[in-house]
Amino acid sequence: MDTKASEDLAHIKEMMERSSRFISLSGLSGIGAGIVGLAAGGIASSIIANSGGKIDNYFYAEAAIPKLFGLGIIALLLALFFGCFFTIRKSKKLGLPIWTSNTKKILIQLAIPLFTGGIFVLALLNHQLYGLIAGTTLIFYGLSLINVEKQTYSDIKYLGLLEIILGCISLFWIGKGLIFWTIGFGVLHIVYGIILYRKYR
Amino acid sequence: MGIISGLNKEFESRVRLGMMSVLMVNDWMDFTEMKNLLQVTDGNLSSHATALEKNGYIEVKKEFVGKRPRTSYKITDSGKKAFQEHLAFLEKMMRQ
Repeated sequence: MDTKASEDLAHIKEMMERSSRFISLSGLSGIGAGIVGLAAGGIASSIIANSGGKIDNYFYAEAAIPKLFGLGIIALLLALFFGCFFTIRKSKKLGLPIWTSNTKKILIQLAIPLFTGGIFVLALLNHQLYGLIAGTTLIFYGLSLINVEKQTYSDIKYLGLLEIILGCISLFWIGKGLIFWTIGFGVLHIVYGIILYRKYR
Repeated sequence: MGIISGLNKEFESRVRLGMMSVLMVNDWMDFTEMKNLLQVTDGNLSSHATALEKNGYIEVKKEFVGKRPRTSYKITDSGKKAFQEHLAFLEKMMRQ
């Protein structure tokens, strides 16, 4: 009787989790996005150096801005590609459907802060406030991660918090944004990806 | 109704237990998604759904999306209450 009760409870818990949390998120997605982040940081620093700026003080290297903008878009697309690729692979392995009402909910909740952040960055670009861009991207990205905490592995909120903290610090260190950006999108993604991979493989 | 001393006979089946668990943490859930989650056949799911509906534990909505019919389920207040009682009883049994 007791084993039936414990089996039933385990079944209830599993069904609640499966139906309400997106557990196909793969650690490899984080690692992939992190490598893209590191590479983008490296390329960005060489773009800045070539246009006469310094890696730790690119505040005045305005000529580099269009190239950096293009690089940012490419990095975003590549990171999204790796993110989706490994996560779809994991969901196939787990035999879970990928396109569920929960997935749609997650995408909307991610998109709201990200889209707002995107507009904010465009406004900063428009006003030539380049020094605030790196911190702003980190902050809005962190907010979007915290926003999906209830729909996927809840420890994603710690990654979100760290991104926000880094972003906030970066706002007061204008000219060193690229360093914070590379730590936030490169190093933190790789670290979180490894933790996720080992914890829920 | 099968609420005798806490354990609810209506929830003895794994499929019903699963359906109720899913509906406790979700709003409207459609037939196909429920079927994939529980990994059961069409017939199996609909017969259990009918039983739960008859007991007033779930609400069934049938509608058309374009030309395709779609069935969705939602837990009722009495369903929630019954499931919570069942859950509390299971937990009590575990502690003994």
